[in-house]
Amino acid sequence: MAHNDPKEIVVISGKGGTGKTSITAALASFFPNKILADCDVDAADLHLLLNISATEKHDYYGGHVAEIDPDKCNSCGLCESLCRFDAIDVKEGKYAVQEMSCEGCKVCVDACPEKAIAWHPALNGAWMKSETKHGPLFHARLIPGSENSGKLVTFVREKAREKAIENKAPYILIDGPPGIGCPVIAAVTGAHRLLMVTEPTPSGLHDLERVLQLAAYFKVPSYILLNKADINKDYKEKTEKCAAQYGAKFIGSLPYSTLFTEAQLKGVSILDAFPDSEIAKELKAIAENLITHLQEEKQC
Amino acid sequence: MNIAIASGKGGTGKTTFAIAFFLANQERSRLLDCDVEEPNVHLFLKGKVVKEEKVTLLMPEIDNSLCTNCGKCVTACQFNALALAGKAGVIIFTELCHSCGGCALACPEGAIKEIDTEVGSISTTLVGDSSELTTGLLNIGHSAAPAVIIAVKKNKPIKEVAHRIVDSPAGTSCSFVASVSKSDYVILVTEPTPFGLHDLALAIEGIRELKLPFGVVVNRISSPDNLATAFCKKNDIPVLLQIEESRLVAETYSRGGTLLDALPHLKQDLRDLLDRLSGVI
Ligand code: SF4
Ligand code: SF4
Repeated sequence: MAHNDPKEIVVISGKGGTGKTSITAALASFFPNKILADCDVDAADLHLLLNISATEKHDYYGGHVAEIDPDKCNSCGLCESLCRFDAIDVKEGKYAVQEMSCEGCKVCVDACPEKAIAWHPALNGAWMKSETKHGPLFHARLIPGSENSGKLVTFVREKAREKAIENKAPYILIDGPPGIGCPVIAAVTGAHRLLMVTEPTPSGLHDLERVLQLAAYFKVPSYILLNKADINKDYKEKTEKCAAQYGAKFIGSLPYSTLFTEAQLKGVSILDAFPDSEIAKELKAIAENLITHLQEEKQC
Repeated sequence: MNIAIASGKGGTGKTTFAIAFFLANQERSRLLDCDVEEPNVHLFLKGKVVKEEKVTLLMPEIDNSLCTNCGKCVTACQFNALALAGKAGVIIFTELCHSCGGCALACPEGAIKEIDTEVGSISTTLVGDSSELTTGLLNIGHSAAPAVIIAVKKNKPIKEVAHRIVDSPAGTSCSFVASVSKSDYVILVTEPTPFGLHDLALAIEGIRELKLPFGVVVNRISSPDNLATAFCKKNDIPVLLQIEESRLVAETYSRGGTLLDALPHLKQDLRDLLDRLSGVI
C-alpha cells in the first residue's frame, strides 16, 4: 500500500539565513498533491509566503509543569535537592516552582512526602491548519521560551501525516528547524529524505557538515542544494566535496538573488512573484530533478 | 556586564555582529559562543586553544541481570526516552533523555545506574594576546543544548574581564532562554525583512517574559527608515545601531573575514555602544 505511506521531505539548513524557507515555499508550487508543514516551530515563517486562509487554531499542551501548594508544603527541601533543573526557588524557607525552568520531569511530584506538588498540563503554544493554493499547511507557534519544541515538531508532523493519508497525498513537504538539537532531531527521525539548503561560506560549510553527521546518525539520506552559489567559488567546491564525502546527492545550485527578499516583501514565493525570472526557471529545474530522484527511488 | 546577542531569525548577522562587538572591545571583554548546535565564531577568530573540557550529564544504564521488565521506569519517564522492547528489556533513546533521574528513582529493583555521559564539550581559545573565546559544542545526536550552554556560562575564564559577550542561538526555545537568562542586557540583531520582523517580535516576547532590558541592531539596511525602525518606533524599542547592506560585507564574510574588515568605521561605534550600555545599567 505504497500510496498510503506518504514520504516526508524535510528541508533543513543547519545555519539560518540560507534561504531554506523561501526555497521550501517555491518548491511547494511544483510538488504534485502534497501536504505542507512548517516544523520550524519557534520561528515559523513559511505561512508568510503562502497567502494562508481559513486558519484553524488549537492550543497545544505538550508537557506538564509542577506547582507546590504552600499550605501542604512543610519545607523539607526534598524537591529542591532532587530537581536537576534548578527550577525550585527557595525564598525565606518557602518553596515554589519557577515555571520557565521547570522541564516537567515529575520527579518532585512523585517524591514529595506531603503530596504537596500538583501536576498541570503546560500550555506550550498553538498548532494551526491553514489552506493555501498549494495545499493544506500545518504550522505551529511555540510560546517563546517554552519547553517541548521537539514534541511540538513531532505533533505537527503527525497531523500532516494523518492529512496526507486521508488525501492520498504521496508527499509531505516540511520546512525544518535550524541547528542540530531537540527540534531538528524530532524533525528528521524517520523522515524519508532531507533537503539541505546551504551557502558557500565558512559557516555554511561548517553547519552543513554538522547536519550531514546528524543525518548519518539517524540514517536519513540527503540531497543538497547550494544557494548563493556564486558568492565564493572556493567554498562552492568545498561544499560539493563535503556532499560527496557524506554520500549526499547534489541536486543543484542557485545564484545570489535579491528577488527572494522582494518576494518576501510581497508575501508570496519567488515563483508567484517573479514567474519569468531566471531564478524561477532554475528553481523549476531543481524541483523537477528532485521529483525525478524521488520517483526513481520509489520504484526500486 | 553580561551582554547577550540574540535574534529570533537565523542568518541575520548575529554572530558577525557579536564578533565585531567583541573585537572592537577586545581589551575589556571576552566572548562566549553559546550557539552550541552550530558554533561559528571560531571560524572567524583564529587563536590558540588553551583549554578543553567535556560536558557530561547523568544518563541511565540498565543492569539486565536485575531488571524484571516491570516497566515502572518507562512510565516514570516524561520524555519517552525509555521503552519496553520485549525480550530485549528496556531500551534507552539517549537523544530524548533529559537527565532528570526519574527512572532511577522509580526502579524498585535498583537496576538503573546513572552514568556520566558526554553530551558536548567546551574549549577556550586565546584570541590575540589575552582575550578569550569560550566555545560550546553539542555532540551529534544529543538534545541537551541547554546543559552545554549553562556549562559554557559557568566556565571559569583564565582572566576575568569587565564584560562578557554571549552569542546566543537563533530561535526562542529553551536554548535561547538558557543563553540569555541572567544577562544584564540583550542586543537583538534583526534585518528589515518580513521574516526578520516576524521573528524579532517573537524574540521580544521571550525577553519581556524574562524581564530583561534590550535594544535592537538593524543589519543590512538600504535606508535608515525601514520596516525594522518603524516597528521599533511604534513599540518604543531603542534602535542601538544600523549597519548598511553591502556586497563587500557578504564577500568578506564568505572568505572568513569579519565585519570590521569590511567596515572599519564601525569600530568606534561599537566601542561607544558598549560605553553607553554599561552606563545604562
Ligand atoms: S517537575 Fe522536574 S523540573 Fe519541574 S520542578 Fe519538579 S523536579 Fe524540577
Ligand atoms: S533520566 Fe529522566 S529523561 Fe532520562 S530516561 Fe530517565 S526518566 Fe527519562
